[in-house]
Amino acid sequence: MTDPIKHFASRVTAHEMNRREFIGRSMAAGLTLAAATSLYGKAAMAQEPKRGGHLKLGLQGGSSTDVIDPAKSSSQFTFAMNRNWGDTLVESHPTSGLAVPSLAESWEPNADASVWTFKIRKGVEFHDGSELTIDDVVKTLNRHTDEKSESGALGVLGSIKGIENKGGDLVLTLSEGNADLPLLLSDYHLVIQPGGGYDNPNAGIGTGPFKIDNFEAGVRATFVKNENDWRTDRGFVDSVEMIVMNDATARMAALSSGQVHFINRVDPKTVGLLKRAPNVEIQTTSGRGHYVFIMHCNTAPFDNNDLRLALKYAMDRETMVEKILGGYGKVGNDFPINETYALFPEGIEQRTYDPDKAAFHFKKSGHDGSVLLRTSDVAFPGAVDAAVLYQETAKKAGIDIEIKREPGDGYWSNVWNVQPFSTSYWGGRPTQDQMYSTAYLSSADWNDTRFFNTHFDKILLEARAELDQAKRKEMYRDMALMVRDTGGLILPMFNDFVNATTTNVSGFVDDIGNDMSNGYVATRLWINS
Amino acid sequence: MANPLAGVRAARHRLKETHPLSVLIAERLGLSVLLLWAVSVLIFAGVEALPGDFAETYLGQSATPQAIANIREDLGLDRPITTRYFEWLGGVVQGDFGNSWASGAPVSEQITKRLGNSLFLAFFAAVISVPLAVGLGMVAVHYRNRIPDRVINVVSLAAISLPEFFIGYILIVFFAVQMGVATFPSTVYDNMGWSERLAAIALPTATLVLVVLAHMMRMTRAAIISVMSSAYMETAELKGLGAFKAIVKHAAPNAIAPIVNVVALNLAYLVVGVVVVEVVFVYPGMGQYMVDAVTVRDMPVVQACGLIFAAVYILLNMAADIVAIVANPRLRHPR
Repeated sequence: MTDPIKHFASRVTAHEMNRREFIGRSMAAGLTLAAATSLYGKAAMAQEPKRGGHLKLGLQGGSSTDVIDPAKSSSQFTFAMNRNWGDTLVESHPTSGLAVPSLAESWEPNADASVWTFKIRKGVEFHDGSELTIDDVVKTLNRHTDEKSESGALGVLGSIKGIENKGGDLVLTLSEGNADLPLLLSDYHLVIQPGGGYDNPNAGIGTGPFKIDNFEAGVRATFVKNENDWRTDRGFVDSVEMIVMNDATARMAALSSGQVHFINRVDPKTVGLLKRAPNVEIQTTSGRGHYVFIMHCNTAPFDNNDLRLALKYAMDRETMVEKILGGYGKVGNDFPINETYALFPEGIEQRTYDPDKAAFHFKKSGHDGSVLLRTSDVAFPGAVDAAVLYQETAKKAGIDIEIKREPGDGYWSNVWNVQPFSTSYWGGRPTQDQMYSTAYLSSADWNDTRFFNTHFDKILLEARAELDQAKRKEMYRDMALMVRDTGGLILPMFNDFVNATTTNVSGFVDDIGNDMSNGYVATRLWINS
Repeated sequence: MANPLAGVRAARHRLKETHPLSVLIAERLGLSVLLLWAVSVLIFAGVEALPGDFAETYLGQSATPQAIANIREDLGLDRPITTRYFEWLGGVVQGDFGNSWASGAPVSEQITKRLGNSLFLAFFAAVISVPLAVGLGMVAVHYRNRIPDRVINVVSLAAISLPEFFIGYILIVFFAVQMGVATFPSTVYDNMGWSERLAAIALPTATLVLVVLAHMMRMTRAAIISVMSSAYMETAELKGLGAFKAIVKHAAPNAIAPIVNVVALNLAYLVVGVVVVEVVFVYPGMGQYMVDAVTVRDMPVVQACGLIFAAVYILLNMAADIVAIVANPRLRHPR
């Protein structure tokens, strides 16, 4: 199946496309009527999940320092684990990325999007048999935002000033309007716990499709089906076992020998080998995560926009995607947003590798001598290789890049966001607003390009409260252009999430939200045989 | 007596003549405590010297200044390093290793489980590899410079020359992926049956045996050969003793000291040095536990692991010395 048709098929499976639409689009993509009809049948059949069985997952990213407490979740392992037992108020839609109801049934903003009212679902039961109340919701949000909070979601919820129960509804008051508030509540840390989790944050009692049976940090977690789940469209297997496998080769061996049904973080360098195994299917999802080369706009020599432009034109993006991502990714355009985001700015010209333009801007900048780039393998997989590749393409434009390889331990505290030119990565954010607010707003802690632009800041805040989507889209376009043409960000590539399943499981949804089907993988897969 | 120190010295000398072994063990134990203390200072200073503290590294890229401040205050990380060290030392002297900063659970509880797993794996690897190595060493001496000797040498040297993860991968590919006869991953957990556990550790045990075999085997061979060239072995041969009997009865007891030392080193390696094998086989042992703790600067866990590792080395080396002394009367009464 070619990519677009595979995509259509997955939308049929996810109930998002009907027969007529699917066949029409597939024929437009080059399929015959007969082939399209039979394919529709297959895709539609695939939507009948089989129940039962024991699902095993081999996951990178677990550590013996992991805890169940969702506030402290920071590893890939706990991210996927907490999705099994807990729910958030809001989820993001797998393909559109828009907010969809979960424990919150519906919501309504006031006129300037600064006060939001959420209706909480009735009749939902926690694993301990108690019923979900508005009280649990209020306390959970309090625990993540109070002055003693150690929560990873603290930064996201910074603008929430009031969390109240008004007549059984949740009312959130913000310090300034935010049209994206519901999506912020889909953050994976914000799992609703009984009593807010104040008593025992590590209890693992939630409203999710699976109950925690056993958890050994850094080793494995096991789950059994929650028979009282409030949803029927998830949690198809009887039991789940998640095993920490931090070695890439061990994960591949476990998958190809059929010991596990799913693995994450398939190394792009070896994905070709894994593909040859007859019982394995590679699951790639285009993501919002991106690998970056960042320059501090306020530090010499990078305070010169011509030098920044020269370095941007000296980047061969296509080759980067080909060599560093093994083709599993898309080229970037020097602003941190791609088409998976709602309100993606269209029609911005793709920046390409142009040694002549690079040489022109380099000469104009008046910079003399080499440019020092710091990198390390922890910056992103293949970062050192990418730096060397960049050095080669820049050389053709007459720019001499000197590479300094830094130790991985301590890279995030000593090099990233400290040194003026380094390699790094960003995971995606649920909204454009969040991405820009996290790393491009003048006052942001993580403004790792030292991008200070008051005009940009002003539009960002205006766009945040703007409920008219057309106007908002226009604003985001302006912001993207500012970052692209005057910022310190070189963004050669957006990396795909590369996972793999055995062929006897189905139900994997390409969820743009995050890796591993946005962490919901165990709740979405079922076993066919 | 005028000089009290001279009295102590004399008493010690007398004790040493009557109970040489007990005095030696007591002295060694005393030194071990001192050594462990020095190790704890080194580890503490080392972890402090690493860039970033627990609050920063634990929260990683998603850290906000407020969350970092809250964690620091919670754990008292803002106090001076000496205060924190002596507080920790005070707890340890009373047998309390404290709680892990990351999980909040008592360190001793978590370590017991991981250490148990490590010892379980090391025990089986040792039970197979030590007799095998010594036996093969003797066989090699017997067939010295002939085909069996050459084969044993080449095979065991080849095994030791490959990195352990590579041996592990080869075993996985053949026995788990292609033939499908071995259990992989080797994860062991609570309430796992005894036979299941044994099946799970088959491949890592085989890997470890291959890794440690050559070292011990070659030391056995070298030690015996050096004894064999001595005069009393010639006498044994001249009085008509069979070659193999001469090796077992006369050569082996005299060669035991160097062999036991190498065995002790390898046993210590089996307990503390196998983190790579643990990762490759997804085995939850001490090594991975300590690496995880160092990554986030979880001091109480790093300290406890470090002390256990040091203690394992010290005890095994002491055991090796004792065995050597017991086996050789000349060492018991040093002049």
